[in-house]
Amino acid sequence: MLEVTDLMHAYGGSDGAHVVLDGVSLQVARGELVVIVGPSGCGKSTLLRCIAGLQRPARGTITVNGTVVHEVPEGLAVVFQDYSRSLYPWLSVRDNVALPLHKSQPRRALRRETALRALAAVGLAAVAHRYPWQLSGGMQQRAAIARAIACDPVLLLMDEPFGSVDAQTREDLEDLVLGLRRDRGITILLVTHDIDESVYTGDRVVVLTGAPGRIRADLAVQLPEPRDQITTRELPAFVHLRAEIGRLVRGRQAAGAR
Amino acid sequence: MSRIAATALRLLGRWLVLAAGMGAWQAWASWRQSPFFPPPSAIAARMYHLWFSGPVSHLLLTPDATGNVLPSLGRVGGGLAIAIAAGLPLGLTLGRSAALSGYLDPILHFGRSLPAVALVTVFIVIFKIGTQMEVAFIAFGTIWPILLNTIDGARSVDRLQAETARAFRLSAGQRLTRLIVPATLPKFFAGLRISVSLSLVLMVIAELTGSSNGIGYEMNAASSGLDLTGLWAGIVLLGILGYVLNAAVLGIERHLLAWHRGARMLTN
Amino acid sequence: MSNESGVPSRARDVLAATWARGLVGVAAFLVLAEVLGRSGAISQSVLPLASTVLARAVGLAGNPRFLGDLAATIEAWAAGLAITVAVAVPCGLVLGSMPGVRTATHAVVEFLRPIPAVALIPLVALILGPGLRMNVTLIVYAAIWPVLFNTIYGVGDVDPVAKETLRAFGFGQLDVVRRVSLPAAAPFILTGIQMASSIAIILNIGTGVVTGRIDGNGIGAFIADANASGGNTALVLAAALWAGVLGLTVNGLLVWSGRRMLPWHRAYLGEQSLREMR
Repeated sequence: MLEVTDLMHAYGGSDGAHVVLDGVSLQVARGELVVIVGPSGCGKSTLLRCIAGLQRPARGTITVNGTVVHEVPEGLAVVFQDYSRSLYPWLSVRDNVALPLHKSQPRRALRRETALRALAAVGLAAVAHRYPWQLSGGMQQRAAIARAIACDPVLLLMDEPFGSVDAQTREDLEDLVLGLRRDRGITILLVTHDIDESVYTGDRVVVLTGAPGRIRADLAVQLPEPRDQITTRELPAFVHLRAEIGRLVRGRQAAGAR
Repeated sequence: MSRIAATALRLLGRWLVLAAGMGAWQAWASWRQSPFFPPPSAIAARMYHLWFSGPVSHLLLTPDATGNVLPSLGRVGGGLAIAIAAGLPLGLTLGRSAALSGYLDPILHFGRSLPAVALVTVFIVIFKIGTQMEVAFIAFGTIWPILLNTIDGARSVDRLQAETARAFRLSAGQRLTRLIVPATLPKFFAGLRISVSLSLVLMVIAELTGSSNGIGYEMNAASSGLDLTGLWAGIVLLGILGYVLNAAVLGIERHLLAWHRGARMLTN
Repeated sequence: MSNESGVPSRARDVLAATWARGLVGVAAFLVLAEVLGRSGAISQSVLPLASTVLARAVGLAGNPRFLGDLAATIEAWAAGLAITVAVAVPCGLVLGSMPGVRTATHAVVEFLRPIPAVALIPLVALILGPGLRMNVTLIVYAAIWPVLFNTIYGVGDVDPVAKETLRAFGFGQLDVVRRVSLPAAAPFILTGIQMASSIAIILNIGTGVVTGRIDGNGIGAFIADANASGGNTALVLAAALWAGVLGLTVNGLLVWSGRRMLPWHRAYLGEQSLREMR
């Protein structure tokens, strides 16, 4: 349902600028969870922002459900890494989650209900009346996720969503996202630098090279569902895939070659 | 030491020096009998006599108070209201439009550094002596801090917050009411506080040069009549008004910007 | 809001574009004012033509009376500011370092501060009589607060680790103030001085306008004169223009000297706004 064709983007002047994406093409089927992983500066975030319609690429097209993306398309939701600057400090958690619902639901009572349901789905029903800055980092990111799913998106984009939280919280949030995908069937595109996370959560892992960013590999993740933080991570298939992707990210050849 | 005692001691410490100062002034003035520094008791008595000895039906205000103090306050209020009504929307518009503010920035900065007090005579010529002139003068002088601070606030809305608004496809109206206005409020209030202090200054200047009633006018009359106690009464009244107005703005700000303090405490 | 192109222009081009826009804005404003005046939309008896005002303003440069008044204003500004700094900075250092003293004087400060300095014009005029002394007294009274509060705030903002490091090496309290607190507070103090500078000019002109020529010299007195001799609005506007230029120049000078003296502080590398303490 998502199709990226020959995406190119560069920063700087027209002469020999810094190319961050070079001819990236990608397809994502409905209901898939695709993880994009790669070293810093490889344009992962740029790719996501182009898909989200927040940035116009220098070249290439992006199609969501058959419609070409120029501005931010409908049915899309984004979760940013920096939740403290993405949630609005003057709105309560509930009002933050209800914010994107104005278009679809003109009645305030209905919006609030939907927001509370979304908060319940992420386990934050008890703190709906609090302000974001009164919550811990992990809870704030949950609120951001709740805001993203409240409007029932068809495509969820997540830009290094767990980069700013501690390891324990990260695992909880990973499971949360997997659970949401299972219950709602959303298509998810997740960007991360954490290789473990990419293998654990993804149906597919797309490895991006360093700048200029190109797709080095597109691997399917053949791990059993439902995933579990302990048992899945000790499976030999997990370890092997993790090492493979690690090599690809570091630029070494596949196992055996140097 | 019990908590009550500790609090009492702290309060005492705060007010001790002031009370001691007043006491010393009172003693010195009664002894020295200097015409320039009447004792605080005389000043307080005059203030009561002049303004606060009226009937209960008028909130204890004398005709002098209603004829001078209230008009002055009304002019300050009117001027500030105009300044806010014009400055806030204009500031928001200019703050969000990099192009427009690029054109207007030098003019605005020059306008701010132009001392409004220099133009009081111009305003008298245009509007003639009276309330209209004063309100226009105060509005003109107080708009600059509000306008410039609002522009600054609207301009510096957090990029990620703005991107979030775009990512969730908020309408322009929503962006304005749910993002830009709340994000701009802290800086707007900083400008408002400056404008409130400035409004009193402009009120006094306007009434010292061109009015037929008001606190400044009364002080002018007292000065000409060498009535120093009356002059001091005016000074003290202005001090009280300044304090009350500032406290009122602070109170409103505290209420509206409770989230701002909370959020900043965590980042600091 | 439109999409970003993702390809930003060079810094110098941006700066040039900003300057160009500003100039266009000023030019457009002047042209508009002129057109409104000439077409009669704004009566010339009420507000003179922009060209007239500008011509007068240029003419003032050769007016010995005005130049004398300009010098007088600058003199009062300088004297007032110097005294203000000499009083407010040490007081601020003391109050900022000793919370006990600050609490004790808190009420006095809160009592004196809201009194607008212009309210004291008639009083000080009676006590001290006309001239520089009255002017400077009023300036000091009004300008002391921003410098004082900014100094207190700056001292309070000093990194305690820096101070403790110095104490650990055996330096006394006075040395700590001199070597750590004062340099750390310096940018804040400078901001306070900038505020005090504007206040000084405004107060000087305001006093002059109110008390007139009889009570001294200065741009304010010049304006009072200009008005007394038949509502000469163009002249008043021209003098006000000069006052604005003076304010900008003085402020620019302070900012520039601040950069020279304190190149190491972040505030002068970025556009950090420093708050005044309440």
